[in-house]
Amino acid sequence: MSNSITGKRKRPGDILLYGVIGLFTAAVFAMTVYFVVYIFSKGLRGLSLAFLTTAPNPIIGTLGILPSIINTAYIILLTLVFAVPIGVGGAVYINEYAKSRKLIRVIEFTTETLSGIPSIIFGVFGNVFFCVFLNLKVSLLSGALTLTIMVLPTIIRTAQEALKAVPVSYREGAAGLGASKWTMIRTILLPNASGGIITAVVLSVGRIVGESAALLLVAGGSAMYLPRGSFFQQIQSSGSTLAVELYRYAYSRGENEVGFAIAALLLIIVIGLNLAVKLIGKRINRGAK
Amino acid sequence: MQNSIARAGKSKAPLEKIMNVLFLVCGLAAVVSVVLISLYMVLSGAPAIAKIGPLQFLAGQIWNPEAKEFGILPLILSSVTATGLAVVVAVPAALCVAVFLTQIAGKRLASALLFLVELLAGIPSVVYGLLGAILIVPLVFQAQTALGLPMSGSLLSASIVLVIMILPTIISVSVSSIHAVPRQYNDVSLALGSSKMQSIVRAVIPAAKSGIVSGIVLGVGRAIGETMAVMMVAGNAPIMPEFLKPARLLTVGISMEWAYSSGIHREALFGIGLVLFAFIMVINVLLSTILKKGGARK
Repeated sequence: MSNSITGKRKRPGDILLYGVIGLFTAAVFAMTVYFVVYIFSKGLRGLSLAFLTTAPNPIIGTLGILPSIINTAYIILLTLVFAVPIGVGGAVYINEYAKSRKLIRVIEFTTETLSGIPSIIFGVFGNVFFCVFLNLKVSLLSGALTLTIMVLPTIIRTAQEALKAVPVSYREGAAGLGASKWTMIRTILLPNASGGIITAVVLSVGRIVGESAALLLVAGGSAMYLPRGSFFQQIQSSGSTLAVELYRYAYSRGENEVGFAIAALLLIIVIGLNLAVKLIGKRINRGAK
Repeated sequence: MQNSIARAGKSKAPLEKIMNVLFLVCGLAAVVSVVLISLYMVLSGAPAIAKIGPLQFLAGQIWNPEAKEFGILPLILSSVTATGLAVVVAVPAALCVAVFLTQIAGKRLASALLFLVELLAGIPSVVYGLLGAILIVPLVFQAQTALGLPMSGSLLSASIVLVIMILPTIISVSVSSIHAVPRQYNDVSLALGSSKMQSIVRAVIPAAKSGIVSGIVLGVGRAIGETMAVMMVAGNAPIMPEFLKPARLLTVGISMEWAYSSGIHREALFGIGLVLFAFIMVINVLLSTILKKGGARK
């Protein structure tokens, strides 16, 4: 029997399947590597210091993306200021406070729903609600508020995982020493879950940096000039982030070289963030052992 | 001493109550957001659909804002076709990769490759749009010239870009659901004399089925909601879907004309938003039913 345990001969069907699996896998990863190499080979050239540190100057005809880098930084900062407390707070509520199973299920279902809504819908909603109804106009602030809702599921879920990983005995120990619930959360839970919370922040930054469709509708604008006013004046005016700027250069104006330069920068950021998540994960695991 | 434990507890009580309420508010943020989004999508989209007429809007074949004609059937069908083709191609490929990563590759190789999968998932959609416009659209040009069609962005290009974009979603969900299959399934199957591949196909994958299906549904959601990458390669003419001709998808229908729309035109875009939102909600409910069923069986 060819099918016996002792006979090592493989069934023809198995060999075929191994072949198919190997082929598809090789194709997918070859493609991924090709994309990365292609973007860097086309884009790294354009990433000069002047390109990164100046505003576009139509008079002498030089290009620069510093304004959109600043816009991106502002939006990241604002979004995190809103989203991290709300998201972590939500996770603490689900994990430590909520007693009704029904409520927990509703919160978890809506969180799940939120993560499935495409960014263009967030864009339409953000435009109607933040820009028009709350009269915040098409601005970086509207963009950050819209993004806050978009990254909420990531933060809640990641923070929840981290809180779940804190041993129950820590909570009991704190309670046994007479700590109130808030004291226990502040001094025991959050510090122990900090690795997970940082992971949540890094993942959110990735989402914010890559976002374009929603921001086109709620933060829009261009990035021609360096900020002239204070931070608070700046966030009330419109402006495009790096990803939106890539779209404007490559699609609206057909300047693919600039597009690839920005793409290379975005890719460097994404790779950096992914490495950071991995490193943090490793540290958390080591801590647990 | 008045500093008794009971008094300390009392003095802290107001703070405790405040924090309790604050955490509740944070916990409800997601619920409030979903309610608000649903409310605003309906409030802004429904009047437009009523004004244009539901039938003319959903089944109309002509989209021409200047002539006040707002039929989105071509957009709906283009979205469905592009997503359908993308899923049909991406699912087998993703499943093969997931099997390779979990069953065949060693630990080191698997974790290195998983990093690449995560990278693929993290690349912004505008970057995919740019890659698609430079690498994929010209390939389709060749097919178009061969058939005597004008060279343009096309539904096929959009589908190909979508395949690449939903691969990481389906791969990573499948990988974690295959990981969740108890080892005994595989061991028992091997002990009964099946080969490794037979065990994978007959024992491991069926056990991971509900997870894999939820990965596919997530992929469908991601594909139907994708905007920027598709806009950059699809050519964006609102005509009935044909693979080698330009196509405008629902998402692109909103983003393309947003900046210069007003009045009934802008309202019609809200209407498209509502239709897209309805698609997504159906997918979400489908997903949670699948997950519930999978959970119930265990």
